[in-house]
Amino acid sequence: MEQTTNTSALTDIPVQEEKQYSYLNLGPTHPATHGIFQNVLKMDGEIIVEATPTIGYIHRAFEKLAEHRPFYQITPITDRMNYCSSPINNMGWHMTVEKLLKIEIPKRVQYIRVIIMELSRISDHIICNTIIGQDVGATTGFLYLFQYRERIYEIFEEICGARLTTNIGRIGGMERNIPDKAWDKLDQWLIDFPVAFKEFSGLLERNRIFMDRTINCGSITAEKALSYSFSGPNLRAAGVDYDVRVMNPYSSYEEFDFIVPVGTQGDTYDRFMVRQQEMHESLKIIHQALEKLKKEPSDIYHADVPEYVLPPKEDVYNDMEALIYHFKNIMGETEIPKGEVYHAVEGGNGELGFYLISDGGRKPYRLHFRRPCFIFYQAYPEMIKGSMLSDAIITMSSMNVIAGELDS
Amino acid sequence: MEEVSTEEQIVTVLKEKFGGEILSIESPYNFLTVILRPEKIISIIKFLYDEEGYQYLTTLCGVHYPDQKSIVVMYQLHNLRQNKRLRLKIALPEDKPVVPTLTTVFPAANWMERETYDFFGVTFEGHPNLIRILNVEEMIIFPMRKEYPLEDQTREDKNDQMFGR
Amino acid sequence: MEKVSLNNVKVSESPEGVEGAGFFATSLEKAVGLARKNSIWPLPFATSCCGIEFMATMGSHYDLARFGSERLSFSPRQADLLMVMGTIAKKMGPILRQVYEQMAEPRWVLSVGACASSGGIFDTYSVLQGIDRIIPVDVYVPGCPPRPEQIIDGILNIQKLVESESLRRRDSKEYKAMLNSYGIE
Repeated sequence: MEQTTNTSALTDIPVQEEKQYSYLNLGPTHPATHGIFQNVLKMDGEIIVEATPTIGYIHRAFEKLAEHRPFYQITPITDRMNYCSSPINNMGWHMTVEKLLKIEIPKRVQYIRVIIMELSRISDHIICNTIIGQDVGATTGFLYLFQYRERIYEIFEEICGARLTTNIGRIGGMERNIPDKAWDKLDQWLIDFPVAFKEFSGLLERNRIFMDRTINCGSITAEKALSYSFSGPNLRAAGVDYDVRVMNPYSSYEEFDFIVPVGTQGDTYDRFMVRQQEMHESLKIIHQALEKLKKEPSDIYHADVPEYVLPPKEDVYNDMEALIYHFKNIMGETEIPKGEVYHAVEGGNGELGFYLISDGGRKPYRLHFRRPCFIFYQAYPEMIKGSMLSDAIITMSSMNVIAGELDS
Repeated sequence: MEEVSTEEQIVTVLKEKFGGEILSIESPYNFLTVILRPEKIISIIKFLYDEEGYQYLTTLCGVHYPDQKSIVVMYQLHNLRQNKRLRLKIALPEDKPVVPTLTTVFPAANWMERETYDFFGVTFEGHPNLIRILNVEEMIIFPMRKEYPLEDQTREDKNDQMFGR
Repeated sequence: MEKVSLNNVKVSESPEGVEGAGFFATSLEKAVGLARKNSIWPLPFATSCCGIEFMATMGSHYDLARFGSERLSFSPRQADLLMVMGTIAKKMGPILRQVYEQMAEPRWVLSVGACASSGGIFDTYSVLQGIDRIIPVDVYVPGCPPRPEQIIDGILNIQKLVESESLRRRDSKEYKAMLNSYGIE
């Protein structure tokens, strides 16, 4: 029997023109998503056609909670937003309230704040970069650098008593002077960390396999990034050098000399390299701050505003004025001016803003957090359109999405 | 050759083009804040985007004032080239807060508007997907409004008398 | 080079039994308990800040793997211990319940952190005030976040429970009644 393509029995069956898509649930609990958020992926084989994100699985109602707590009790809440670098959140909140109350912070406190913020920025970038390494299959970097992250925790523990959710500092300065042991540990860390960091960089930065895996993966153009209100390392990887520390300097950052690293393509490799370079810059800033600290008197650790800063306990027990100020502070009898203020700091992920409306009472009338993760995660479905599933995973981990900041 | 827009110049330009919409201009803590009528807010923001270079949306949020029976929506813009920030506020009636969406100008406003809807109930007309984002989808109240309590009233294990709620 | 004297090496207790030349007879429960307690495969259900402390516990400084938990199983079907670390919001509750139901017996639950144990500092409308509202919990580890040493202490307490568990417990009436009180069949 002759078999030609036209007269075969198979041509009687109509050919399906429509493609069949499958739906994959990259669910809230997933080993590769660092945090709980869900993505329903519409896939054509291995290629992603569309993604629908769902967030809110860890919504803890920070903004409502902040309306029911006095100013000094909101610091532990801000800790838990970007919990990988919580001192930055704390300092940002304190600076917002100091702006509202028009408190002048002495230089020494500002330099100490800079050191603590840069240490926590390094800590945040260590997590992000080592997890990118782990997601592409290189677990060694994670185990290596986490040892040094433990040492940063030890430094924070010497200063404030806690490792992760630090509640560091107070409105108007710090709660106690930095002990000598903290300075010793910091000096030792500044000697040991660059060596390990160099080893980690040598593992991944110019590694052929890593570069092939991450270049052109999840890229975004500068115009699109700006239209989605990106900020922080994700925006700088796309080519825009917007850094809040340079544009609206706070806490004496204008006196420091550092560059703002910028990428070209906005892909995963650029985000990785921007964070690597930012860690180098943070080390530079810490060294400069330590130099500047030597010229300041070593016993100032808070601003001289007794209405808003708790006096030391020995004075409270012996001095009438200190007792009155202590009472007024805790019971909320101090005058808080009415007004609205916005202050932004450069968090680990971008511009972390605090919009505070005060009505004169001891609790804020309205506190809104401008959370960078929430804003740039909107662009994720567009970034992964057309890429494969494994590329979507490392795009997400390179964007450093932290669930606590995503849902407030 | 464009001159650098100072704060007074922005105010002058806005007064010229949209004088009727401006209710008041103030500068708390050196931050230019313009309170406007809600009708033409999207065209004002589009004008600021095209002509004055405010091409970055920093944030968008709602504030509830039960005494004035209004919900205020606050937009904060940033001109990155000249490093100028601007805050715009509109007041919407509490029982029917409706305003056109900003996603036509800034795609970043998508989730910010969903969050404002979720918390305050502000309806953004023309939004592609205005559903709840952070709370459970079955929730019927808008929790950030001042009349709703913070705590879940059905919990039995916490004694409210003891903790001064 | 330091000499390790045998006086300093602590050998763990062997279970009660009859010993002879080349054999050791003990009850099956004790043998199974000993084997199980040193090879617990955890499922890290890390939601927020406590998850980062868990990452520090798994790292090389505190090293959870030396207690037998080398392989983290992310699939509930192959896990023994559900470690809930972090705040569970009401939106996440049904998912936690589903993960718990997918685990095979015998299963244990460790609630790490103040938020998982009782809601923590988040006494709000959207946070579940403790996971024991929806699933039965064996050990609670308080702290916000608990130090890695505390998490390891929680695991050691789970090991004590695993070692001393009777083989018939999971089929007993009381256990089934307890599961029914949570609505789990």
